[in-house]
Amino acid sequence: MDGAHGGEKTKSRLCSICNQRRPALKRPKTLQQICRECFYVVFEEEIHSVIVNNKLFKPGERIAIGASGGKDSTVLAYVMSELNRRHNYGLDLFLLSVDEGITGYRDDSLETVKRNEIQYGLPLKVVSYKDLYGWTMDEIVKMIGLKNNCTFCGVFRRQALDRGAALLKVDKLVTGHNADDIAETVLLNILRGDIARLSRCTSIITGEDGPIPRCKPFKYTYEKEIFIKDLERIRPRAILDIIKSGEDFRIATSTKMPEQGTCQRCGYISSQKWCKACVLLEGLNRGLPKLGIGRTRGVNRKDDQHNDAKNIQSKPCGSLDF
Amino acid sequence: MACNGTGCESGCYKDSTGDEVEKSSTKKLNGDVNGDGNHHRHQTTCLKCKAAEATIFTGGEGGSRFCADCFRSNLYGKFKLAVTSHAMISPTDKVLVAFSGGPSSRVALQFVSEMQLKSQKNFDATAIRDRSLPVFGVGVAFIDETELHPITCTDFNKAIEDIKEIVSNLSPTKKELHIVPIRNIYSTKTSDGSETLKNLINTVSDATGKEDLLSHLRMLSLQKIAIENGYTKLVLGSCTSRIACHVLAATVKGQGYSLAADIQYADARWEIPVVLPLRDCLIQELNILCSLDSLKIVEEFKDSRGGINGLVSSFVKLLQEENPSRECTIVRTAGKLTPFPFNKIPETNTDSNDVHLASQRRHKKFNLKPIESLPPDSFCPICNSPIRDLQSVTSFTNSQTTPELFGAACCSSCQYQILPEELSSMEEFYSFLPQSIIERARNGNQKWIREKIQDCLILDDEDEV
Ligand SMILES: [Zn+2]
Ligand SMILES: [Zn+2]
Ligand SMILES: [Zn+2]
Ligand SMILES: [Zn+2]
Repeated sequence: MDGAHGGEKTKSRLCSICNQRRPALKRPKTLQQICRECFYVVFEEEIHSVIVNNKLFKPGERIAIGASGGKDSTVLAYVMSELNRRHNYGLDLFLLSVDEGITGYRDDSLETVKRNEIQYGLPLKVVSYKDLYGWTMDEIVKMIGLKNNCTFCGVFRRQALDRGAALLKVDKLVTGHNADDIAETVLLNILRGDIARLSRCTSIITGEDGPIPRCKPFKYTYEKEIFIKDLERIRPRAILDIIKSGEDFRIATSTKMPEQGTCQRCGYISSQKWCKACVLLEGLNRGLPKLGIGRTRGVNRKDDQHNDAKNIQSKPCGSLDF
Repeated sequence: MACNGTGCESGCYKDSTGDEVEKSSTKKLNGDVNGDGNHHRHQTTCLKCKAAEATIFTGGEGGSRFCADCFRSNLYGKFKLAVTSHAMISPTDKVLVAFSGGPSSRVALQFVSEMQLKSQKNFDATAIRDRSLPVFGVGVAFIDETELHPITCTDFNKAIEDIKEIVSNLSPTKKELHIVPIRNIYSTKTSDGSETLKNLINTVSDATGKEDLLSHLRMLSLQKIAIENGYTKLVLGSCTSRIACHVLAATVKGQGYSLAADIQYADARWEIPVVLPLRDCLIQELNILCSLDSLKIVEEFKDSRGGINGLVSSFVKLLQEENPSRECTIVRTAGKLTPFPFNKIPETNTDSNDVHLASQRRHKKFNLKPIESLPPDSFCPICNSPIRDLQSVTSFTNSQTTPELFGAACCSSCQYQILPEELSSMEEFYSFLPQSIIERARNGNQKWIREKIQDCLILDDEDEV
């Protein structure tokens, strides 16, 4: 979110907050032109008030920060450690990173995460697919070939953070979901007809993605991302307006999520007998890796409700960043 | 968003052939009057009569194939079901159909007139032994916006001739046609409505805001025609496709709260209730019917949408091509939002009792469930959207209105995209507003509160209603 507008040629105006430095970016909410330094201050204080107003944390809680080495997660790590110190949240913070076991792939991002560890003084825990599932992605690919591996990639990745957090007995998981992500989710739920998810996807704490409460303190922040990008070009405020719409939708309180049970095998939330990961793992372990891919053939029936969404998603690996 | 459309940067071994399969399997036939030769024999009989050869393939929920006759009756059936199940038209109504020249309102005009013809026949057949059901009246309104979107004089004259011809060819009875310039929203005393209107539009800087303001003024104009000419219902040709676009556009504009009000079959927040009998028809189907039955449309006034509205329309069109049931899904999802109390046709008490009973008997027995939800606190004077949290209701208790107070009474979406930011421009904007909008700001809230109180009072002697 920092460098997003950095390259913009700005007029000889001054920052509308400090009136001293040249403005580096325009704030989407207010269209104020402000300098980089002021942006950070405002940004941190906004996150702080989101945390306080939504009572996201309690003192003494053990909190995992999803760390991918990406920009969002670096900012998240920085802001969380800074605010924890500045405002005495009393949180036991650590970085949680997932190693998929793809040769060469995590090397760079792990470097970044390790740098964050030192820089912000946050301990780092790395959980591997091997720990979580008994298989590395390399091994899975060897087993099933290159086709279809996105199914595994998507399912395993969606659950990895939660499983890792559960393994490390954390109270809450913090992720860098930002306004763009949430706006996209609102639209996606309208397009796929999911009223139940629509009613909750804008909430700042959800258990939707897994059994561990997940907090998104960046909810009201803002970052760049086809349709959404175009919208943003015409009207920067559109992203925030979409979220506002999502919050204001008149949805009867009786609209419940489709019955959400737990996986009989691993305990992860699942609307089916077995969660998707367990179905896939069963296939892998029995040497029948195609089990659970595509149309219903495995343990669960009626599992195609999300296929619809895939067409527009064009994101075979799920859109969850952490 | 770790993955961007072009591929999965997370290093998963995505190969691009993986999802092609999925796409092609969900690709269904798009509407096409001629169909195409690639279908197997057993797939070509009409799904409805199972006799005639299917020549029309439609998308929509599940997609379907019809012979021409079945297609026509199926589409009319959707219209009729919407009308009867939501009590849109009763025998004593005088109905105004808003005609823009496009295919949707053209079909609305055709169907309303067919329905009128049928009830006329019914009336004639039963008139001797049962005088209870009169035939509803139909009129047509065309709003002339050429002062804002100028077209050549020859084009305009030709278009007006076409509209007159279309209306005069509708059976059975002669229908009144109101061709009204949009500047008529200013009272006749105002010397130059045209200039004021242009000035008003020009004070709005946002392209989408301009478009939306114009559509609010169009509604104002239609309402005015309806009130002045004694109409009791206003029929719009809004189809599923149009409504799907509205759902997304409203979402993008931050109108999540008021959205549910705009997309129902009936909308009685206006002085003359508005009904949408084509809510369940796709634009694709309406286009097919127009070409099948050679229903003339008038293209001279075709509006091109820009800004957010244009972007959303092209996005929805793209989605619909990818998956022919997309528009239905969008409208279905939004349809699950809780409607407002005014989203049903109020029971009329002007009707004589027997007529009302007779019409109820005649209509299929549908249970019109009362909509249980809290009324909103107020309405935006510009777009008439319900507003949830009323910021400053007290400031309106005196009948004084200032540009600032007016601005404060508007919904946040209008505040952003329509109202000028600077106070001086705001004063100008305010001075160019038609009187009816100012009145709405002044009276709107009080009227609503009065109605709320009245609602409570009537509870004691309910049998009167
Ligand atoms: Zn500054
Ligand atoms: Zn499981
Ligand atoms: Zn047929
Ligand atoms: Zn408004």
